[in-house]
Amino acid sequence: MSNQSFSSWSKNGTPWVWINAGAVSVSLVMVIGLLGLIAVRGLSHFWPADIVSINYTEPGQESTVLLGEMVDKEVVSALRLKNTGVDLPEGQTSGERFLLKVGNRDYFGLDFKWINGPWISEPNYPENVVAIERREWGHFYGYLKNVSEKHQVVSSGEQAWQEFQQRLKRSNFLVDEIKSIEKHEIGEINHALEELRLETRRLELDGVVEGSSPYQEIELEKRQWDVRYKELQGQLADLYSELARDQIVVTMSDGRDVEIPLAKIVDAFQPNKMSVGEKLAHYGHEVWKFVSGDPREANTEGGIFPAIFGTVMMVMIMAILVTPFGVVAAVYLKEYATQGPMIRLIRIAVNNLAGVPSIVYGVFGLGFFVYFLGGNIDELFFQASLPAPTFGTPGLMWASLTLAILTVPVVIVATEEGLSRIPRNIREGSLALGATKAETLWRTVLPMAAPAMMTGLILAVARAAGEVAPLMMVGVVKLAPALAVDTIAPYLHLDRQFMHLGFHIYDVGFQSPNVEAARPLVYATALLLVLIIIVLNLAAIGIRNRLRENFKASEN
Amino acid sequence: MVENSSIGSVLPPTGSPVAKRRRAWREFKDRVARYGVAMGGVSVIFAIVLIFFYLLYVVLPLFYGAEVDTKSEYQYSANSASYLALNEYNDVALSVDMSGQVTFFAADTGKEILTPQLSLPEGSAITSFSSGDATTGILSYGFDNGQVLLFKREYKISYPDDKRKITPFISYPLGQESIQVDPKGRRVSLLSVQSNDEQSSFAALTENNSLVLQSTIREQDFLDEDAFTLTTQIGEIDLSEFGEITHMEMDIDQRELYIVNRKGFIAYYDIQNIEQARLIQQIKAVPHGVDITTLEFLTGGISILVGRSDGQIDQWFPVRGEDNNTILHNVRSFKEQSAAIIQIEPEYARKGFIALDQTGDFGIYHTTAHRTLLVEPLSDHANVKMALSPRANGLLSLAIDGKAKLLVIDNEHPEVSWHSLWQEVWYESRDKPEYIWQSSSASNDFEPKLSLSPLTFGTIKAAFYAMMVAVPLAIMGAIFTAYFMSPKMRTLVKPTIEIMEALPTVILGFLAGLWLAPIVEGNLPGVFSILVLLPIMTILTAWLWTKLPAVIRERIPDGWEAAILIPIVILVGVVSMLASPTLELWLFNGDMPRWLDEVGIGFDQRNSLVVGLVMGFAVIPTIFSITEDAIFGVPKHLTIGSLALGATPWQTLTRVVLLTASPGIFSAVMIGLGRAVGETMIVLMATGNTPIMDFNIFEGFRALSANIAVEMPEAEVASSHYRVLFLAALVLFMATFIFNTVAEVVRQRLRVKYSSL
Repeated sequence: MSNQSFSSWSKNGTPWVWINAGAVSVSLVMVIGLLGLIAVRGLSHFWPADIVSINYTEPGQESTVLLGEMVDKEVVSALRLKNTGVDLPEGQTSGERFLLKVGNRDYFGLDFKWINGPWISEPNYPENVVAIERREWGHFYGYLKNVSEKHQVVSSGEQAWQEFQQRLKRSNFLVDEIKSIEKHEIGEINHALEELRLETRRLELDGVVEGSSPYQEIELEKRQWDVRYKELQGQLADLYSELARDQIVVTMSDGRDVEIPLAKIVDAFQPNKMSVGEKLAHYGHEVWKFVSGDPREANTEGGIFPAIFGTVMMVMIMAILVTPFGVVAAVYLKEYATQGPMIRLIRIAVNNLAGVPSIVYGVFGLGFFVYFLGGNIDELFFQASLPAPTFGTPGLMWASLTLAILTVPVVIVATEEGLSRIPRNIREGSLALGATKAETLWRTVLPMAAPAMMTGLILAVARAAGEVAPLMMVGVVKLAPALAVDTIAPYLHLDRQFMHLGFHIYDVGFQSPNVEAARPLVYATALLLVLIIIVLNLAAIGIRNRLRENFKASEN
Repeated sequence: MVENSSIGSVLPPTGSPVAKRRRAWREFKDRVARYGVAMGGVSVIFAIVLIFFYLLYVVLPLFYGAEVDTKSEYQYSANSASYLALNEYNDVALSVDMSGQVTFFAADTGKEILTPQLSLPEGSAITSFSSGDATTGILSYGFDNGQVLLFKREYKISYPDDKRKITPFISYPLGQESIQVDPKGRRVSLLSVQSNDEQSSFAALTENNSLVLQSTIREQDFLDEDAFTLTTQIGEIDLSEFGEITHMEMDIDQRELYIVNRKGFIAYYDIQNIEQARLIQQIKAVPHGVDITTLEFLTGGISILVGRSDGQIDQWFPVRGEDNNTILHNVRSFKEQSAAIIQIEPEYARKGFIALDQTGDFGIYHTTAHRTLLVEPLSDHANVKMALSPRANGLLSLAIDGKAKLLVIDNEHPEVSWHSLWQEVWYESRDKPEYIWQSSSASNDFEPKLSLSPLTFGTIKAAFYAMMVAVPLAIMGAIFTAYFMSPKMRTLVKPTIEIMEALPTVILGFLAGLWLAPIVEGNLPGVFSILVLLPIMTILTAWLWTKLPAVIRERIPDGWEAAILIPIVILVGVVSMLASPTLELWLFNGDMPRWLDEVGIGFDQRNSLVVGLVMGFAVIPTIFSITEDAIFGVPKHLTIGSLALGATPWQTLTRVVLLTASPGIFSAVMIGLGRAVGETMIVLMATGNTPIMDFNIFEGFRALSANIAVEMPEAEVASSHYRVLFLAALVLFMATFIFNTVAEVVRQRLRVKYSSL
């Protein structure tokens, strides 16, 4: 064989086999490469990278010191470099460019700077560089000069770092306390006042005479809340003045000294000094902050907890809606309906609906659920708050319902498949023992089909978790002011808008003003979403495989 | 006995009342379950089917014609009105006659509300009347002494006791006194005026066809609100050669003047410089024997509507020709009425109008959509005046015998028609008919351009490039996986590719837009070299493989070729990317996008190539999975038979397996196509979303789905725009539904075929 000529080898079709194999390889490389890309970019976001200090000399200008993280590197052709003003030595066709994250946006204007390789000199990694994560304006890189209290220096030099860390802990504690008061207690007051306003409006609508006893009661209650509000305001003012006590002075790369109040600092670390162990600990801490924190700075920084929460809530409500309906429809189609051309037609239609574009469901959800159903619900039950809509606007409930309609075909198809796999003799055995059809179904058929339903549900959940297009119309927002679940009755607020991981990716990646700074965060979010969906799908596949084996066993 | 008693202790004896009761109860439960499940099932299926009908329900009103209802009919006291107007709420009407009588009256009863006295110049008679653009409410009288009185109808709205009250009044933009338009004091026989806050212009036809033009610019004093200065310019055109002039109209911007004579000629003047008006064109607008009976501007002041004695209405507007000259073009005509058109009333906010003819019939038209919405009799009289309300929902008519009629018009969506959605439309200020999607704009008299063609084209373009990538890769991959691959590797490969089907497309879109698009832009030659190199390298590898010593070859069993090729694929990719700058320098002067631009091929960073690659990637798992199933399901005895007869595996594949599985492959492609057509996030994020009609792979597009996602949240509920977006959704729905149904039917047939083999 090995000695045959190329033409005879190609005649028997072997090259074609190899080309086909090549197609598989390309697909595999693409799949694995894509997952790898997301994983690497998503995971590296949290790593406390070393901070480099370089001398950067643009021709004709004075040399400047730059301080920052190397983020990216690219090889550019000489011609393009020439367009940016870099002349490479003769014969060199391409040069390197680096993307340096210099931070200090409020002073430098931009977080990132493309720097050309040939103009860089003396890179080094100074030990005492401090990276500061701020509540506003992104990261700050510099050298800690001193720590002060009410603008009086209390510590400088070597001890300043220790002092800074301790005081940072205190200020973060105060910030948490302020947040808790603002969010929970004042939130409660606002809610109560809103309720009272609605109550007044309701009385007006009912035609109760102004000034009568119900009005007076409301007025009384309102006054009580106002008193409580004043109290809290006082407390907050105290906390804020406490918080404003400490400052640090930091020297930037260009030698300027900058004062930063501790209230504006989330975290500070010295990456060049950290050991690998410390870096790992810091990494874990950062991941935790990402998963559990609230977003800051137009979603480009901070955590994504509200988005995770919103996605999970929506998917859960959807699952609660979709399971019974899907299963009932499948049972009807398989067990009760007379099998004929009509049912075959319906089955094809149901199958096809799984392939209808999700955006169409979004349009339907917006028109039918939000404007038609929601508008009517508002007319009937929430007249007091009109013209501000309660349910007549996109919200969690409508998003869940829309996705339930979108995924119900998946559950129907999976359940039907499970039902049809159940051997006839099991059904007949049960019937022969005198059980009614309903009893047979309830006691034997459905329990056996449960894993199939489970598979359908998991696939539905996986699809729902990844859908974005319909949600953009029926309830997702870039920044939800409050979670859908809180401590105020009725605890679950189905009318609220919510955040969603998938939409977060779209929004931060494409609508945010500072895409470059937000990109790592988007990769991290994407990684989380991919993980959730792959785990769900693997679970579905696992259950399906176990199911098949069970049936094989029962058939034998 | 022992057995009996033990059963007896569990079950009551048959026939006993307890047993009967239990049986009845169980039967009842069974029946409840049956009906419950049936009802539940039917209602779920109904809910799903509802989607289609709901979309249809929202879309259908687009295609309804107009409807009119008579609200009231009465005898109006005055009967010689030469002008009628109706206010926004269809309750206050205005009539103006040639004796200087101006009357506001209730539109539904004819009861007089106000008769303001105008200060007419003493000792002179009214010889002409003209109304400015309807949206401005400007009116004017011309007198026999060369003077013109400019006045304006206005309405004040107040809400005493929460009820709307409208108080009409007359205001004088240039003061209560008449203005001497013709310095020579000649009789004004025909008049046209336009006026806004800054400028008022008059065109007055005087004796011997001498046309006097006057423009007054009003400058507000900075300090005193009531003080202003007026600067006036005067010009004159000698039209004695032009014959008897019947109509004259100035546009709302006071830049153009159209003059019509008895012989059916239109003279088109540029009057931006009043002192030196310039004749742009003179054209015979009607065939011999037909007269021009009305001349009116469409709202916006770009198009003119020419009503003819044979009942036809022509729309004309200036079009910039190739030599940069503007020429009047007869853009479209409406021939629905049969008698001479005596009045045309344009709508205030849309490009529609109402035309009245001599037999008393009236028609409702829309120009952009080229649509006649209604033609109906309005009055038995030949001499009728009518007025259209600003919201185009009310029509008042007054016949010569004093019979007045108030009609309510229901005409929600005139701007949409089959023609405007799918065919080329000649929009105002465009030099040729085009397909354009431009749903909204800042200006009020904007002509909505709601052509679904560019969007559908975008969707098809996206799907085409995606299928170009996905179909070969997925089908060839499936063939190898199902037919040649070793079972062990198959159990790994199949789930890996299939799991990608669940990957959220928002992630793919994000990667396409922010990661892949810049890479492709920077390494364009590299991308193409991958396409060329991959097949070559694959075959080369295969050939070299046969040359390897048997010891090495036998280490790797048959069916693992794909694994061998993985490093080759990676190598080709890396080498191509590394070589890209060199290639670019060598072939394209170092910058391929710019080179393309110079050759005349447009290049966007977010282009169809990127979409094709990424959406192709998204569709691969769908096609792969179904094709693989179809090929794997080909009964084994067929292949074994073929191999036994001496065919090579490749021959068996092409002659037996693929033929048998071809319906399955077809349905896989259809389902993949359905997915590509409906995909939203990738096309939204990876293209520039500009609605262009160009198949260039290096430019973007705007797809139906992305358009819905972008515009739907902003569309006003129940507006034409909203319904057209629903129509776009319906189109997507229908397209995918058809693809999927065809695929499903084919697949079911295949299943039957396999089971019979």
